[in-house]
Amino acid sequence: MSNAVAEKKKPGFAAGAANYLDERVGAGGILKEFGRKVFPDHWSFMLGEVALYSFVVLLLSGTFLTFFYQPSMEFVIYDGSYGPLKGTEMSIAYASSLDISFDVRGGLLMRQVHHWSALLFVAASGLHMLRVFFTGAFRKPREINWLVGFMLFVLGMAAGFTGYSLPDDLLSGNGLRIIDGMIKGIPVIGAYGSSLLFGGEFPGEYIVARLYGLHILLVPALILIFIAIHLFMVVIHKHTHYSGPGRTDSNVVGYPLMPVYVAKAGGFFFIVFGVIMLISATFTINPIWNYGPYDPSPVSAGTQPDWYIGWLDGALRLAPSHWEFVAFGGTWSMNILIPMIVGIGFLVIVAAYPFIEAWVTQDKREHHVLDRPRNAPTRTGIGAAGVTFYAVLWAGAATDLIATNFKVSLNQVLTSMQILLIVGPIVAYIITKRACLALQRKDREIVLHGRETGRIVRLPHGEYLEVHEPLGEFEQWKLIDFKDYQPTLARPNSKGKITINARIRAAVSRIYFEDRIIPVTQTELDAARHDHPEAIEAPVEQEAKQITQ
Amino acid sequence: MAFKRNRRSPLAAIIVMAAGLALTGGGYAAATSAVEAAKPVSAIATAEQVTEGKKLFAANCASCHGKKGEGSSGSNVVPSLIGVGAASVDFQVATGRMPGQASGPQLEKKKPQFTAEQISQMAAYVASLGEGPAIPTDAMVAADGDSANGNTLFRINCAMCHNAVGAGGALTHGKWAPALDGVEARHVYEAMLTGPQNMPVFNDANLSPKDKKDIITYLKYVEETPSMGGYELASLGPVVEGLFTWVFILGFIIAITIWLGAKSN
Ligand code: HEC
Ligand code: HEC
Ligand code: HEM
Repeated sequence: MSNAVAEKKKPGFAAGAANYLDERVGAGGILKEFGRKVFPDHWSFMLGEVALYSFVVLLLSGTFLTFFYQPSMEFVIYDGSYGPLKGTEMSIAYASSLDISFDVRGGLLMRQVHHWSALLFVAASGLHMLRVFFTGAFRKPREINWLVGFMLFVLGMAAGFTGYSLPDDLLSGNGLRIIDGMIKGIPVIGAYGSSLLFGGEFPGEYIVARLYGLHILLVPALILIFIAIHLFMVVIHKHTHYSGPGRTDSNVVGYPLMPVYVAKAGGFFFIVFGVIMLISATFTINPIWNYGPYDPSPVSAGTQPDWYIGWLDGALRLAPSHWEFVAFGGTWSMNILIPMIVGIGFLVIVAAYPFIEAWVTQDKREHHVLDRPRNAPTRTGIGAAGVTFYAVLWAGAATDLIATNFKVSLNQVLTSMQILLIVGPIVAYIITKRACLALQRKDREIVLHGRETGRIVRLPHGEYLEVHEPLGEFEQWKLIDFKDYQPTLARPNSKGKITINARIRAAVSRIYFEDRIIPVTQTELDAARHDHPEAIEAPVEQEAKQITQ
Repeated sequence: MAFKRNRRSPLAAIIVMAAGLALTGGGYAAATSAVEAAKPVSAIATAEQVTEGKKLFAANCASCHGKKGEGSSGSNVVPSLIGVGAASVDFQVATGRMPGQASGPQLEKKKPQFTAEQISQMAAYVASLGEGPAIPTDAMVAADGDSANGNTLFRINCAMCHNAVGAGGALTHGKWAPALDGVEARHVYEAMLTGPQNMPVFNDANLSPKDKKDIITYLKYVEETPSMGGYELASLGPVVEGLFTWVFILGFIIAITIWLGAKSN
């Protein structure tokens, strides 16, 4: 053994460490397996990573903040560097957040890094989720991972909300007050729930410390666990890819994770980190010193939550305030309950969507090739409706800003948004679905007859023709490779009965697939080639180009 | 100093200051008693000023406010100006709100249409119609009070309409509380004293002259201190921060990824 070492060159530290691990935990096998995983290349696949890296930045900056932040609601007289608050009575939590901002070196930068990356974390997860939705990446076998991702999105909201409340400034206090009101609005258990959470009457003396526990311990731990599960499943399932020649439901085309991808990802982390640092060093976020310490009486104009809570705030604002009545010896605050039910209902539908669609299509096969959104018109339409619904609620949280900045009446803005909330999604659904169908029709046209070139040719016998340039095989594949679903009929089961389930499914299936464009078949293609003999030469040329590239 | 931008001619400033000094015996004491200051300012306005003011008023304001400033209660309600005082006229005309122009739910600020001298003449005339709050002296509106007290008072009394840093906010039915950035200290004082349109009056029993001075001190602090955390996104709070995140940060990162992808192909 010692001879062998003496003869060979001394291994480097990395190799040594790898060997050490390999001999004890079989890390080599794991790494080899992991390193051979293939990751495809498309910018939209990087959104999840943006979320992941902003979470890493959150962990780092959050840890810095814990060194200086004190989660106490005891009162102190502020004596820090910010003039207009000197001598003001405030909670220790607020005072320590002010100290982080003005008296801890790099503290304000870290607060801003933490807050900007929080906004980016949720935004990137949201956009990532939309990518997964519109490309149908949630289909079998990835339904569970959709749920995990959904949990991450909700946990991101929870992390953000608990963090937002920690500085105990006027703005965050107002946010807590709204939560308190919402809890109290729940019939029967509301009042108990509120006094349980706040340890007595709002605001009490405990809430900040409790939120702190949730914010730095429970929620980040859950997020970490879910991220681990999420990534693990990505490795098991392998990544999806967009369709193209050689890309099927049983392979993955891209670079192996090791070393190409890992090197790229490492670089990408620093890009995300760099952008966050740049923004945090140049743009203010949550200037808590402007808002002043929390005190239940004053409310400032322009009081809003962070963007990811905005849609819930909007739901509350858009609910007509007269939906409140007294019955059975209690007040029923429908103007609070309905928005809560709508919010939860929306989330439940988002979470359940993969299962709903699988139930409609009865498609039990695995899918690794992504859909182009236009090739699933109904799903894309539903997605557009959902996005519109969410966006109107979100804009609902900014009614006052819209009113002042565009010089319109606040009441008119509210009424238009209430109408838009109902009408908007329906219109969005119809327009999007029609647009998808039109695009599919266009694709069909292009595949069968080629692209219009605008070149007019006169044939020897005098006939004029526009030259259509046929597609290369790569492009053509993209346009014709999708599955055609047909509406299912309500068939009798083995007992000869048509169940209600089957009837409903048949009805929904009709909505989904009644209007559809059938993909181009090989026979049609052959026939088309026959009709356009002038188009035959070009593809050879095109293919040659593709190959030499 | 905000007063550099003052549109009054130097002469008018001297007259007003002289009036303040004459009244208080040249003392800082004026700051503690704005109500008492009301009488003498109108009292010492020269008869000439009042006559000039009366002419200007007849030409520019009487069509709405009536020949003697008695207002009208017809189809178009226009308030009487008897007893609104010089402060109200100075605020309304010097910020360009008056002469009013028929418009939406709230009369808007315009470019002021009169010189400082003309304004003081009209103010003197309106003050002669009935006793009312006088124009505050420069000492009363100097931004050298206690900004911390002003901050607290502003948060309790004004932030619900004007936003915590005076960035403005919406009221019901198309009315709004304007942004306070760049408003002259004297006009801030007068706004509190007279409560224009949908703003409540904060008389001296409500907010003492010292409190008013503190509020001005705070507002000037916010206006003159550069933002500590970098560019402020219009002080409009989380909504703008959220939009910024989506459009600029996420957009920027996606642009980089697409660019990198394009390079590698
Ligand atoms: C187009 C009609 C119109 C004209 C012209 C006009 N005003 Fe007015 N003025 C109004 C109305 C209406 C209000 C009430 C605004 C409100 O409170 O909603 C008002 C309010 C005022 C007030 C505030 C009264 C208070 O209660 O404090 C003053 C002072 C005033 N005007 C002075 C003037 C002067 C000075 C002029 C001439 C330069 C003038 N106005 C010209 C319509 C007019
Ligand atoms: C009920 C809401 C409300 C409150 C409270 C309120 N304001 Fe106002 N404020 C307004 C409105 C509305 C206007 C616009 C009046 C107009 O245009 O005639 C205004 C106008 C002003 C102006 C004139 C701004 C300009 O552009 O000329 C100043 C200065 C001002 N307010 C200061 C204050 C201060 C200081 C406080 C607290 C002591 C305060 N306001 C409290 C509603 C409010
Ligand atoms: C998982 C995602 C997380 C999100 C979305 C998030 C979000 C936030 C937000 C929005 C704030 C308010 C910041 C401000 O403007 O002051 C905050 C504060 C804070 N966060 Fe986080 N956070 C996350 C994770 C963490 C972690 C992992 C830690 C600690 C290890 C942490 C520690 C803190 C502390 C100490 C504060 C209070 C600091 C202050 O108010 O100045 N956070 N967080």
